[in-house]
Amino acid sequence: MLTGTQRVDRIRQARESLILSLLFLAALVSIATTIGIIYTLAIETFHFFQRVSVVDFLTDTQWTPLFTDKHFGIWPLLTATLVVSAIAMLVALPLGLLAAIGLSEYASPRLATIVKPILEILAGVPTVVYGYFALLFVTPLLKRFIPQLEVFNALSAGLVMGIMILPLVASLSEDAMRAVPQSLREAAYALGATKLEVVWRVVVPSSLSGIVAAFILAVSRAIGETMIVAIAAGQIPRFTLNPLVAMETMTAYIVQVSLGDTPHGTLEYQTIFAVGTTLFVITMALNLLSYRFLQRFREVYE
Amino acid sequence: MTAERSIDREFEPRLALRKRLGTFFGLLSAAAIVIGLTTLGVLIADVVRDGWHVLSWDFLTSFPSRRPEQAGIRSALVGTLYLLVLVAIIAFPLGVAAALYLEEFAPKNRLTAIIEVNISNLAAVPSIVYGLLGLGVFVRTFMLGRSLIAGALTLSLLVLPIIIIAAREALRAVPPSIREAGLALGASRWQTVRHFVLPAALPGILTGTILALARAIGETAPLITIGALTYVAFTPKSIFDPFTVLPIQIFNWISRPQPAFHERAAGGIIVLLVVLLVFNGLAIFLRARLQRRIRY
Repeated sequence: MLTGTQRVDRIRQARESLILSLLFLAALVSIATTIGIIYTLAIETFHFFQRVSVVDFLTDTQWTPLFTDKHFGIWPLLTATLVVSAIAMLVALPLGLLAAIGLSEYASPRLATIVKPILEILAGVPTVVYGYFALLFVTPLLKRFIPQLEVFNALSAGLVMGIMILPLVASLSEDAMRAVPQSLREAAYALGATKLEVVWRVVVPSSLSGIVAAFILAVSRAIGETMIVAIAAGQIPRFTLNPLVAMETMTAYIVQVSLGDTPHGTLEYQTIFAVGTTLFVITMALNLLSYRFLQRFREVYE
Repeated sequence: MTAERSIDREFEPRLALRKRLGTFFGLLSAAAIVIGLTTLGVLIADVVRDGWHVLSWDFLTSFPSRRPEQAGIRSALVGTLYLLVLVAIIAFPLGVAAALYLEEFAPKNRLTAIIEVNISNLAAVPSIVYGLLGLGVFVRTFMLGRSLIAGALTLSLLVLPIIIIAAREALRAVPPSIREAGLALGASRWQTVRHFVLPAALPGILTGTILALARAIGETAPLITIGALTYVAFTPKSIFDPFTVLPIQIFNWISRPQPAFHERAAGGIIVLLVVLLVFNGLAIFLRARLQRRIRY
């Protein structure tokens, strides 16, 4: 016979384990999401490669799935993505690192607490707004200095994307620099180093894995960014490295096809999954690499 | 001895030069910050200059139109609102539950480690990939079509990692002594979490959720990918109806050649930015309240 208290205990235990399994299921949703992404991409990409050879996909330098003369070489989309990302990184990496050094080493804590949230507004502005800014403000402005600039071009898209990614680089690099123990700085000062020398020879090298992680994540963000390039870089798949002309990135291509009415099962429908798989594989590799670097930097100071 | 002397002779501190270099570099880093802030200022000024004169009650309450002077954002605004509510209903409980599990109950094993790496990876997956996931799973496999609920589910998965990460941080900020006190009084683990830990972490969790919802409001690419329509002259009646949202309406107007539509886009951007400002203000307000009220 169970006593009253024991029965209450039993009920309580049953309820607890039910709740615990519900919470566990919620945590598993993230695993299901990853599996869902991989499964969806894999199955349509598989269908795609039954119709198009992998060799063509990786070696052909023309991408014309929407024309009558169809070519399925990923290179024009890939080079466009790389050109825009490279321009964005030329803006975001130096400016982001400088801003991080300024906030963590030069600015007073008071000033830093005011400036940092304002800088982070940049990261919260919707990308479609940056697209508007790139197409209707930056491009006309640049055209005054570079007359041969096309209406749609990689340059404005890349520059604006760089500004968008700046706070990500600044914020993550600053976190890494703040994790450097104060004693290291003081030791360097005691040896007669100036502030600049402390920053470049002590703080930056000690936080390097964190900074590298931030840089890699920034590259991944640039490669996956969609609306800025869909609006401002154009929709012409060109195999070129010239940033002054219109080109189409992987993400812009997916948008272009999605805007049309592509029936399920057609080759056009499958191409966006093949392109999406390429995009996913590249960004996932970068994210994992960045995570590795971040883990290393955590190990050092904790 | 001679070696030491030669070092003495060769070493010149050149302190003035080094300090000047330092000052120069300080200015350089200040310039980097100023470039960021200036761009933000120019962007807002540009949008306001282009779009303020289209703002009117009619602009908010009219449907989009082929004639720019009549086009408004009614369907987009309503769509954004519906989507927001749905995403909050789906993602908030899921995110908090996952965070509670990982922070309060999860055993330290391989599966937990995999879930954690997986969540931080998902947070960095490009949003358009979520669009492809939504297209493949919700639109096709679940046959939800290009509906409001398909969009809401897609965006919920997109913001879930953000909510989980924020909620975990809020839970971690609750000191262990609170949990120990609860357990010492005879409460079970769940009772302790439910009645002591969760209320203490709630403001932090809400702040994170609001910021995640702000992110959802601004998303365009995944919704275009699942096939949300760009021209919708009606408001959805049920969650299975087609829809549009503010960023897609803006994108649609930007893509048109006529400058009159670009002005409408700028007007739409102003509305979008105001909505986001309200959300961020709410988050800052909550965070400030949290810092004032709870001291351990």
